[in-house]
Amino acid sequence: MASPSLMDTLFQRTLDDIIKGLRHQQAGESAFISKVVEEIRREIKSTDLHTKSIALQKLTYLNSIYFIDMSWAAFHAIECISSPNFSHKKVGYLAISMSFNESTSVILLITNQLRKDLKSNNEFEVSLALDCLSRIGTADLCRDLTPEVFTLLSSSKVFVRKKAIGVVLRVFGKYPDAVRVCFKRLVECLDGTDPQIVSAVVGVFCELASKDPRSYLPLAPEFYRILVDSRNNWVLIKVLKIFAKLAPLEPRLAKRVVEPICEHMRRTGAKSLMFECIRTVVTSFTDYESAVKLSVAKIRDFLVDDDPNLKYLGLHALSIIAPNHLWAVLENKEVVIKSLSDDDPNVKLESLRLVVAMVSESNVVEICRVLVNYSLKSDPEFCNEILGSILSKCCQNVYEIIVDFDWYVSLLGEMSRIPHCQKGEEIENQLIDIGMRVKDVRPELVRVGRDLLIDPALLGNSFLHRILSAAAWVCGEYVEFSRKPVELVEALLQPRTSLLPPSIRTVYIQSAFKILIFCLHSYLLQRENIADDMASEMLGLKSQGECSGSSALVAGKAPARQEQDEGFNPRDSNKSYEDLSIINEGDVSALLEKGFTHESIVNLLNLIELALGPLSGSPDVEVQERSKNVLGFVDLIKQEISNGFVSERASKIIDMVHDAFTEELGPVSVNAQEKVPIPDGLMLKESLADLDAICGNVQLPSSISFSMGSPFGESVGASVSIPQSKEESEPSSESTSLLAEHRKRHGLYYLPSEKNETLANDYPPANDPKSSDNTNDDAQDLVKLADKSLLPKRRSNHAKPRPVVVKLDEGDVVPFIAKKSDTRDDLLSDAVRDILLGVEKPDLGNPSSRRSKHRSHGKEKSRKSPEKKNSDEIGDGEKEKQKSRHRHGRHKTKQRAEGPLNVAAQTPVIPDFLL
Amino acid sequence: MGIRFILMVNKQGQTRLAQYYEWLTLEERRALEGEIVRKCLARTEQQCSFVEHRNYKIVYRRYASLFFLVGVDNDENELAILEFIHLLVETMDRHFGNVCELDIMFHLEKAHFMLEEMVMNGCVVETSKSNILAPIQLMDKTS
Repeated sequence: MASPSLMDTLFQRTLDDIIKGLRHQQAGESAFISKVVEEIRREIKSTDLHTKSIALQKLTYLNSIYFIDMSWAAFHAIECISSPNFSHKKVGYLAISMSFNESTSVILLITNQLRKDLKSNNEFEVSLALDCLSRIGTADLCRDLTPEVFTLLSSSKVFVRKKAIGVVLRVFGKYPDAVRVCFKRLVECLDGTDPQIVSAVVGVFCELASKDPRSYLPLAPEFYRILVDSRNNWVLIKVLKIFAKLAPLEPRLAKRVVEPICEHMRRTGAKSLMFECIRTVVTSFTDYESAVKLSVAKIRDFLVDDDPNLKYLGLHALSIIAPNHLWAVLENKEVVIKSLSDDDPNVKLESLRLVVAMVSESNVVEICRVLVNYSLKSDPEFCNEILGSILSKCCQNVYEIIVDFDWYVSLLGEMSRIPHCQKGEEIENQLIDIGMRVKDVRPELVRVGRDLLIDPALLGNSFLHRILSAAAWVCGEYVEFSRKPVELVEALLQPRTSLLPPSIRTVYIQSAFKILIFCLHSYLLQRENIADDMASEMLGLKSQGECSGSSALVAGKAPARQEQDEGFNPRDSNKSYEDLSIINEGDVSALLEKGFTHESIVNLLNLIELALGPLSGSPDVEVQERSKNVLGFVDLIKQEISNGFVSERASKIIDMVHDAFTEELGPVSVNAQEKVPIPDGLMLKESLADLDAICGNVQLPSSISFSMGSPFGESVGASVSIPQSKEESEPSSESTSLLAEHRKRHGLYYLPSEKNETLANDYPPANDPKSSDNTNDDAQDLVKLADKSLLPKRRSNHAKPRPVVVKLDEGDVVPFIAKKSDTRDDLLSDAVRDILLGVEKPDLGNPSSRRSKHRSHGKEKSRKSPEKKNSDEIGDGEKEKQKSRHRHGRHKTKQRAEGPLNVAAQTPVIPDFLL
Repeated sequence: MGIRFILMVNKQGQTRLAQYYEWLTLEERRALEGEIVRKCLARTEQQCSFVEHRNYKIVYRRYASLFFLVGVDNDENELAILEFIHLLVETMDRHFGNVCELDIMFHLEKAHFMLEEMVMNGCVVETSKSNILAPIQLMDKTS
């Protein structure tokens, strides 16, 4: 690029020209901008600072509004700030503030210029430098310029001092050691009479205290004074924020502060201050009955206000207080519930949170019903918010509030069918979790699972696939509770399962396998039964004398088998003794109505063979492998049970597989893995780098080539999927009405699979939103329901006792990972504590000595900085008393400190006069 | 941090002023402003002026054709921020006399200086209109 010519300089376009130009560009804005940037690149190289600064000004404008990169101009900006001309400086500083950051390489070049300007006699230059430092200050800059900032903190010009205070926050954040230099001056500013200074410094302390409140407890008296004396709402809001942080740390302080806060609440007309008071009380003063009552009354004013902002904030405040004072929500439940149908999604969301907070054991059924009705009418986003909050509320503390699990499981089934439902993952997890934890609910769970599996329409909705996967697993695992296992197999192998992703298809196949095993096993038992019956009858005929014994044998067939089961399954025996007997009795009754015949078993085997046959060539390894396994098994059994005769070998195999599947799965603690001892000689941490050398020339097959590998070597692709869908249709002779109807409507298995995909959307939605009920009715209902929960209902005698929910001793909750606090913050709070408590450098070797040290005699002097000033300025008699108490208090603090160290370490130093 | 950023955006969603109190790259800025404009400008007058976004809140207010949007931490006082926006508009009104979008476009630098007088490090440091305007008027006079 050529250096700027005289023409460029003479006819340089100003920023105004650019803006006007941009305004006249209709379409070619970006072309215009790139032309301008081109000009700027030339102009900015000019030796004339005026030309340069205008170019920089234009660039800054484009950067700020049109996202044009200006990092390349960093050095030119530095040149501008070193100009003696204020207007150039101004432009340069603005550009630097906008564009410099930690990674700007030339940033350290401005240190000297900043120092020079900070020391300038022109207060506006000082102000520019301070503003700039507050925006871009890095650790290095802050360290180097701390002395200048310190000097400015006591500047006689309020304008400068105010800004210096503002900068301190950045300096402390980047360079915590600055605290040791500047903190005392900052504290002195709190006492200042100038409202501007107090306002600025309170803002700084508010920010500091929000990060580490404990360190600022000793300053509580200063803040208290401001809280009581100040009439500036901005300042009061900040001070309230500070107290909201400090009060929970020191109950005596809270007691003292709560009254002034209530006073402000009664007095003020400013909504912002009012809201801050309310928020302070509901977050940090929830133990003070009268304060809470007062703020709930004020919240009520907010809720009934026409201003949507106040309404939102009212709801928000309620949701803060809900965990501690639910009565506050119940008192306002009508407003809350009405807001559920508000125009504003934010208001709706807040009220949803509150409605969910109102849910308790006694009203969970009713409130969930109403919420589900709301969700049917809501837009997809809010619908899912509702479903999500129902799910998370109900599973809280291992389903604490659920008594009737049958109801809850069927609710899960119902929620799955809501058209907008996208909570597949949560519902999946809960279905399986409940299945494992709650034994009594399994029959209902299987029923719900069956209803989901059997509906072909659901397979078309990809959001439901995970739920279907859970349903398939549940039906396979707890198949003994199913009335018609064959029907389940048909559902699991229905043609539309080709819409499922492979990972879920594998679950389907495995479940079908489990059910098959169950059917075979039942069939075997049944045959055995008949044999037993015949045998015992013969026995009875044989000898009359042994009649009693034989009748016991007849009656006790089930227990006898139970023993047999135990024999097979010794590990299981003690824990599920009763369970097994129940199951077996269930089996007996179920068997009678299920009545497996040889024919039905053969049909089942054929069905599976037909459905899975095509899958043995599936491109997905998992699907292929599992279906191959099942097919192999089916093949084997088929040979063995021909002609109504079951070979010894077959029954043994079936028994063994069955035993493998009846092993109960329990919930597993998230920490379980940690408890498994690492076997001797297993090196977990060993570097596997050597492996590269060994495997270097072995090409690992990519996942694609892996899955495409079909055992028959046939080409896999569309050609496979077509016959697959054809063949899949044929099994399922006895199907449910749903399946049959669906088949009648669409002969779609005879179509190629691509068609299958397109047809998927033709199904009517699983559940049409109810159009009849309207929102108001629901609102009324919910109000009534919430009413109920107001009554202090004792645990009513439920028709059914709450079933046992298996809980783990530990690890039901994801382990809390302690958040590592920022080391810089730590440094900062250490430094602040040191200053306030008068400690020398913290003793790194022994952390406990750090806190105790501050009470040693020699340090007493440095502690007086905040307090001494305070007492010095006090004049009138009332305060005189305070002073003496204050001194006394200090004395006491000292005494206390000399007591046992562990006590001292607990109590932060607050002058007692406040408490 | 308190205030994280201050944006002025017109009805068409074009940014007219952007002041950030934490460093964002150009790409992050573009994405953020796009998201915010989409979220806030579609809201009606009857809806509240607070929007939760990512892990913070946006408090906004509309004046004629211009939206003032302020991103704040979650524990910031929403109503105070609304008052802050109002104060900002009043201050500009006093300086420009019936401020409009064009004033801000053509005097972006001045608008930035006003903000710098009012906010430092995301903290509101000055709330008096005359105090805010005094240095700016002085600068006007000298230059």
